[in-house]
Amino acid sequence: MATEALGWWGVPLGILAGTLRGSVPFLLVSLGECLTEKSGKINLGLEGTLLFGAMSAYAISYLSSGIVGPTLAPWLGVLAAGVAGMVLGSIHGWLSQQPRVNDVAVGIAMIIFGGGLANFFGKPFIQPQAPHLPTLPIGGWSDLAPVQSALQISPLFLLGVAIVPLMSWFFKSTRWGLYVRAVGDSPDAALAMGISIFWVRMASIVAGSFLAGIGGASLSLFYPGVWTERISSGQGLMAVALVIFARWRPWQCLWASLLFGGAQALGPAFQSVGIDSYYYLFNAAPYILTLVIMIITCSPKRTLAGAPGALGQDS
Amino acid sequence: MSDRNRAFGFSRRQVVRGLLASSAFGLTAKFGTGCAQSPSTGGDAAADGAAPEELVVGFIYVGPKDDYGYNQAHAEGAAAMVANVPGIRLVEEANVPETTAVAETMRSMIEIDGAKVLFPTSFGYFDPHILNMAKEFPDVQFLHAGGLYQEGVHPNNVGSYFGYIDEAQYVAGVVAGRMSKSGKLGFVAAKPIPQVLRNVNSFTLGARSVNPAATTQVIFTGEWAEPVKEAEATNSMADQGIEVITCHVDSPKVVIETAEKRGVYTSGYHADQSSLAPKGYLTGAEWDWSSIYTKLGQDFMAGKTLMAGDIPHILRGGLADNFCKLSPYGPAVTDEAKADGDAAAAGIKSGDLVIYKGPLKTNTGDEVLPADKEMKTNNVELEKMDYFVEGVIGSVS
Repeated sequence: MATEALGWWGVPLGILAGTLRGSVPFLLVSLGECLTEKSGKINLGLEGTLLFGAMSAYAISYLSSGIVGPTLAPWLGVLAAGVAGMVLGSIHGWLSQQPRVNDVAVGIAMIIFGGGLANFFGKPFIQPQAPHLPTLPIGGWSDLAPVQSALQISPLFLLGVAIVPLMSWFFKSTRWGLYVRAVGDSPDAALAMGISIFWVRMASIVAGSFLAGIGGASLSLFYPGVWTERISSGQGLMAVALVIFARWRPWQCLWASLLFGGAQALGPAFQSVGIDSYYYLFNAAPYILTLVIMIITCSPKRTLAGAPGALGQDS
Repeated sequence: MSDRNRAFGFSRRQVVRGLLASSAFGLTAKFGTGCAQSPSTGGDAAADGAAPEELVVGFIYVGPKDDYGYNQAHAEGAAAMVANVPGIRLVEEANVPETTAVAETMRSMIEIDGAKVLFPTSFGYFDPHILNMAKEFPDVQFLHAGGLYQEGVHPNNVGSYFGYIDEAQYVAGVVAGRMSKSGKLGFVAAKPIPQVLRNVNSFTLGARSVNPAATTQVIFTGEWAEPVKEAEATNSMADQGIEVITCHVDSPKVVIETAEKRGVYTSGYHADQSSLAPKGYLTGAEWDWSSIYTKLGQDFMAGKTLMAGDIPHILRGGLADNFCKLSPYGPAVTDEAKADGDAAAAGIKSGDLVIYKGPLKTNTGDEVLPADKEMKTNNVELEKMDYFVEGVIGSVS
């Protein structure tokens, strides 16, 4: 059993570890939402997608571990979570593009639908233990068990980080990226170019939901690694707000996600070294951060730099 | 095309922002979980023509019924009551938040399912929801798990029952204190309410009875079910070299699993979690509601009521009365620790061992009890606990 005490070093280490562990769902959901919003539609339903993805991943990992073995099962779970996300995404994509349908309203309905569906199907999977995703230990250079444990990197985190430059390049330098941006900024121009607005938006929403579903898989198969009905605790909605904070840029989504992941670790890390006043405030840090961001970025006097032109407009 | 929605003076973009901001705000008020209710699992038929020999009993849980924790303990007790007492029909609803939602659940159980006895099990249901409903339906009995009933203040169709599970926590503390070399123990707690504080204090006193240098580090997560924070708290404690971790949250699953991954000993709570930590699970403080609910069920069927005074308004008991029990010792527990744990449990059952006896100080140095005084388990002063005893690292406010 570990006997080394880190003392004050535990705080930065805890925040670092929390950043690496806790930011994965934020990162994947915000990247997905970034893609979706670039095409001019908003998908608030990613909170529901996150829950449904978490449930699907856990359920498939548990059910298939007997058939394909405990090493392959969690990966099947991740895939299932992505597919589950795509199903929810396609519902949102179709519904929100109907005439006179508001995408925000559909999104809120999808939060409730995704959450309800996850709770309904998830009942039998609360108790059993599903095999988890493996982690990459990059802290082997240290003798300290806490450091080794903090530096357990999830492959899903690496996936998220790898998507960041890819998505950035996709928007900037590819024809398909141009299509997405054109549809998002100026649907009329895109239509004149001969692009199908419906299908570009549909593809963006479905791809975004795929990423959000995988974000859910990281909750249930990596950290904290259980399926309960309150596993997301609003992280999907926070990630949507985070995209606005990140000004619809993938690189800034990464930094913002790391910030939010670290903020979650603040309360417990401070309490573990004996700073125990104001723990409600520390625990509320991610929520306060969201509110502050909303206040700072939502000025009624100016439009946001970088906002897709068609976002929130009639289609 | 863009002016169609200007009728109310807001552009859609402003509406989007407003909704986003209010959703983010709603999160702090648990907007997300409020939406995540699941439908009732039991109330399938309206019981208009319920036969007089049938009694409808409603159970309401704050979380899922199979959470390895508080709700599972109650749900198992409810199932035992139905199995052991013929004539009782059970209606249940899980995932009911501690808001007006529980009032609506109680109302529909009474009016639609015809429930005559309700067990709203979560602490926060009591005030004001149970009290309001009890005034509105004076012929329905409300039994609440918690120590909140006050004679003369609350309606007489309300009763409260609770186990002194801190007795089991004391024994778990003895085992933890023996198993820890450095004496550094950890406690992941949800909220600073008297029952949680009492568990922390009893656990600490148990550990200090065998290792006077033992300390308990407390981390509050602020909510009953906050999986990410619970995992963070457990990891932070492991980073600080804490050797045994226990908890008081709705579902200890995350804490126990995370601690097992970090190679730290665990002591369970609410239900038996030994299967989650085959290596590090020492023991645990469990509820034993089956015997209590069966007894109450038999009383109900015999026509006894709270209103007539046949059933006491305050039901209490500890290890000796089967309100709680200890998980079987895990494989890591040494014979020495087992012997000390068994001795402490026997002492508590016989009444020889009093947990709260002087001299006792709070961790801020104030005196709780002078050297010659003691507070027995059934002392109501203990149910108003608002301090940590010496040896606990943490603060209540």
